[in-house]
Amino acid sequence: MIGALIVRDVRRGFTGAAWLPIAFFLLVATLVPFAIGPDARLLSRIGPGALWIAALTAALLPIERLIEPDRVDGVLDQLALHDVAEESVAVAKIVAHWLTFAPLLLIATVPASALLAMDGMSLARTELALAIGTPGLAALALAVAAVTAGLPRAGAMAGLLLLPLAVPLLIFAVANAVLLEAAISLLLTAGAPFVAAVAIRAART
Amino acid sequence: MTGLLRFGGVALRRGGRLLFENLDLELGPGEALQVAGPNGSGKSSLLRLAAGLLDAELGRVERSRAALADDSLALDRELPLGRALRFWCGSPEATMDSLGIGFLREVPVRFLSSGQRKRATLARVAASGAPLWLLDEPLNALDADGSERLGSLIAEHLHDGGAVLAASHQSLPGNWRWLELRG
Repeated sequence: MIGALIVRDVRRGFTGAAWLPIAFFLLVATLVPFAIGPDARLLSRIGPGALWIAALTAALLPIERLIEPDRVDGVLDQLALHDVAEESVAVAKIVAHWLTFAPLLLIATVPASALLAMDGMSLARTELALAIGTPGLAALALAVAAVTAGLPRAGAMAGLLLLPLAVPLLIFAVANAVLLEAAISLLLTAGAPFVAAVAIRAART
Repeated sequence: MTGLLRFGGVALRRGGRLLFENLDLELGPGEALQVAGPNGSGKSSLLRLAAGLLDAELGRVERSRAALADDSLALDRELPLGRALRFWCGSPEATMDSLGIGFLREVPVRFLSSGQRKRATLARVAASGAPLWLLDEPLNALDADGSERLGSLIAEHLHDGGAVLAASHQSLPGNWRWLELRG
């Protein structure tokens, strides 16, 4: 059932709007040279940080479709009746969300880095940091989606919740502290399913 | 446990309001129980309690594996009906035929009428293989043919040693024990 759920969510992600966060990510990266000016040295210095801000804001876009549609439509209830624990549902959804979000983001980082005049070394470091950080980011997005599911103005609430919690990830990612970033990402990935499961159970009426 | 569902002294509170208390009931193989009562008396909540989706305020609920059909469709709108049902139960084809929706196998779920959707949720329950069926207003949106087909599916399920708990204010086809919630 878990495997089927991952396959289903990935399929829905790609037939749905998986490209939307990526387009948003590229758009934000495009805005930076306009906002800062064409100074290549300055751009390449702020490039990695700017890409992370773009990635974090892009990660907000899919939040509303991660949990809420399945809650409203009774899919979460049916999964419970099939004896799938809410924690397992959350893990499956984190995996599926990462698969529809992270690989495309890693690809989009290549053209985005060119826009910011980043050299190959800097691009490689940013790709590594994104590869390590995105599982934590995906897990955090899912937990936030579960906590805000069913609330009015859930999208805005989700942003207010997710961005502060992503700050540790951001700090270690742009500081090239790979091991500390991995530790934070692991902590988020390991904790998020339990938070999401409690939220899913509490949202049942 | 010989019974498929057992409530012992169950009380349920929803939104600060006590819906019922000291409720005892037991459903064994081959038994069908209809829960009736006015709107808001807690029929659906009783079913969700039996499904394990809600927690009782007091008392104990024991149940065997159950399948629930309620108002929510829980089928992917963009998929053909056959594929959408297969996500939940391995081979729904025979059940789809007995509910008269076999010919809709290739039709995307979003094009189904409300009666066809109701039949689809009932097909999921009937194809689940679960011994306990929980049906919330199973006759809603069903036509005469649909309720007749549902009646024979239920009779077959009871004959095979299953049990059915249904909430409805209409009279259901077949022989049902009766539980009235006062509200």
